[in-house]
Amino acid sequence: MSASAQSQSVFRNRMARYYGYFTIGFIGVSLLMLLLEVFAGLPTQVIGWIFLLLTMALYATIGILSRTKALDEYYVAGRNVPAVFNGMATGADWMSAASFISMAGTLWLLGYDGLAYIMGWTGGYVLLALLFAPYLRKFGQYTIPDFVGARFGGNTARVVAAICAIIVSLTYVTAQVVGVGLIMQRFVGVDYTIGVILGLSGVLVCSFLGGMKAVTWTQVAQYIILIIAYLIPVTALSIQLTGFPLPQLSYGQALQRIQVLEQEQGLSRTTESPVVPGKFITSGYIPPFNEGLSNAAAVDAVRQINTQFGWSLTPPAAQAIPDAKKPELGDWRGTPWNFLALMACLMLGTAGLPHILIRFYTVPSVRESRLSVGWSLFFIFLLYFTAPAYAAFSRWQILENVVGKQISELPGWTKTWASNGLIVIRDLKAVDGVEIGKEPGWVKNLINAKTITIEDANGNGKIDLGPWEDIGDGKARAGEISGAATFLTKARVDGILQLNELGRATADGIDGDLVVLSTPDIAGLPFTIGALIAAGGLAAALSTADGLLVVIASAIAHDIYFRTINPKASLNTRIMLGKSMIVVAAVIAALLAIPRLALIAQMVAWAFSMAAATFFPVVLLGIFWKRANGPGAIAGMIGGLGVTLFYMFNNYMNPAFNVLGISHLGSGIFGLPVAIILIVVVSLLTKEPSKETQELVENLRNPITDDEGMTKMIDKVATAK
Amino acid sequence: MSDLAKLPVAERNRRYWQENLRLISILLVIWFAVSYLPVPFVEALNNIVIAGFPLGYYMGSQGSLIVFVVEIFYYAYAMNKLDAKYGLSDRDR
Repeated sequence: MSASAQSQSVFRNRMARYYGYFTIGFIGVSLLMLLLEVFAGLPTQVIGWIFLLLTMALYATIGILSRTKALDEYYVAGRNVPAVFNGMATGADWMSAASFISMAGTLWLLGYDGLAYIMGWTGGYVLLALLFAPYLRKFGQYTIPDFVGARFGGNTARVVAAICAIIVSLTYVTAQVVGVGLIMQRFVGVDYTIGVILGLSGVLVCSFLGGMKAVTWTQVAQYIILIIAYLIPVTALSIQLTGFPLPQLSYGQALQRIQVLEQEQGLSRTTESPVVPGKFITSGYIPPFNEGLSNAAAVDAVRQINTQFGWSLTPPAAQAIPDAKKPELGDWRGTPWNFLALMACLMLGTAGLPHILIRFYTVPSVRESRLSVGWSLFFIFLLYFTAPAYAAFSRWQILENVVGKQISELPGWTKTWASNGLIVIRDLKAVDGVEIGKEPGWVKNLINAKTITIEDANGNGKIDLGPWEDIGDGKARAGEISGAATFLTKARVDGILQLNELGRATADGIDGDLVVLSTPDIAGLPFTIGALIAAGGLAAALSTADGLLVVIASAIAHDIYFRTINPKASLNTRIMLGKSMIVVAAVIAALLAIPRLALIAQMVAWAFSMAAATFFPVVLLGIFWKRANGPGAIAGMIGGLGVTLFYMFNNYMNPAFNVLGISHLGSGIFGLPVAIILIVVVSLLTKEPSKETQELVENLRNPITDDEGMTKMIDKVATAK
Repeated sequence: MSDLAKLPVAERNRRYWQENLRLISILLVIWFAVSYLPVPFVEALNNIVIAGFPLGYYMGSQGSLIVFVVEIFYYAYAMNKLDAKYGLSDRDR
């Protein structure tokens, strides 16, 4: 064993010891809180604050301990992060608020169709391991635009790549900041905007002082917190329901019960397609591909933008497929194309996202980089392997104990959540006898939207419910409430909770985020576990935000300023600019997050398609095809992005625009082949890359790590041009 | 050091790269076979139920994920062996 390998293993063991103590300490503090809550009655608000302040103080401490002025440490954590810790850091970097809070909810809502996300967001790591990570580590610079610039000769390719990286990362970081604000609001009870500012300052202390070094070691701690927080509630629920402590293995029982309950409650139905005679679609949790296409999200997004900014954009006409009046548009339910396209885009996009790719610059060698992808996926796997269990147990419990029950007999936690406004029980029986003008908000919304009208026939100033009757003309009445028969069904006033009556103030249907958040309550666990979940969600959002801020700052300070505008900039200037760009990016993200636009979440989903059609093909062919050249790469990136955006925009606004029923979320599947064809054709039509460039590619494929040799070679390529 | 390590550099690199590409291709075929291939047949696979799990659903929710993790660790292991075989190991630095 060489001296460097020996010092590396000493370093690894020391860090393992520190994080071992940290894990024990964190569990100890959580247990202490639990005891204080149960035996001393510590108020829940206090517990929420303690968890929040303790974790934030911890992240700040790691940031301060890792503060640095060395460029290598600021951009790539000194390239000495052992494979297993880089795996944890990548896990935290990768798993955002969306993975932690919303993944299980998506499965809950979509059933099988949601699994495209599970496979997509893990399968991409196979591509990363086989096709990218070892070669990028060998390349060993600071950013992904660095690679594009060196390989494809010149600043044009580099700047195009840097701008792509900034756009993708900024939308992504904005979504994280929204997540931080919501978690703070829900669990600590501060105002959303204050939550955003508090959370961001936590991020800043860390990434501003210590750059990638601080971010990496904070992410390791954040991973430990988030995985503990994720596994505990569902394990407790599994023990309660099945007597078995591994929910990942025991939720088969839940899947069986769900199918039985869906049968009993008429939720699992096989119906003939309204537009394709003889085609049958089965709905339910297990049957696949039963989602149609619609532009409801686009209609909402445009309306929201209009109210937020006082604009008057025309929202697109609402359109949904299948549409019985327009059978020529077809019925794409029951076909796997949309699922496959979405899964492919998520996989290729995962392998092309800059904040994940740069994590493999931080390990000591090519050898460690291969192993590190394995650890990354293993740590991510622990959460994604568990999410289907969360969804299944939660759905089982809701179908078994909530749906189909009299409103007055619901389990206690639903009443707590209803009184906090987190869920709304939308059965009109609830307003029988309520004074007119004092209806709950969701009923007011229905009145304002003219879905229902209330007429005080007996003049007693109260809403009096009567027997439900069909009054013809598409309308129905139940005593003093009347409205559209599509909404005011018999079930709507019977006082028995239907699945779709479990909803939000504005719409029927549960908010998917509640699945993870409500599990401790369903299992009857103390509030401390809820606070733990909040700390985990916060860790997930902050760690992802941290990694993204570094990408944005380095794209501006390193790629655009140092490499393109002023290559003579001093080391000090570069560090200072890097630090100030982190602050600028954080402030912009906060400003974008404060209006809380629904469009932001949509844009994050689009980022995968965009990365799949730009970074993925360019980096892939850059490594595996020596003949690929600069003009080819630029044409490929622009063409791939163009086609993706074209399909995305048109399908988002109007679902009648579609190929094989593929939604805008899978639009990268059209951009990718265009990008590849353009790279190949334009490269072959233009000059072969220089001999030096081809030698560079040859050298990337040699697995012996040699950072100095590589840097010399890159400089030679740049001057040879 | 094996005989392969003593080949002329260009020839050695070419053979090393060919072996690497072959390994990558095999692993990508497996990757495709466990994630994409079961999707069109999910309804038929769902008729097979093991420990409560319909097989089609299981492949999407957990089965393919296990294969992904194993594949990556196997690639790291196999490449370390390949590096050593061609005298290109990082360990020898």
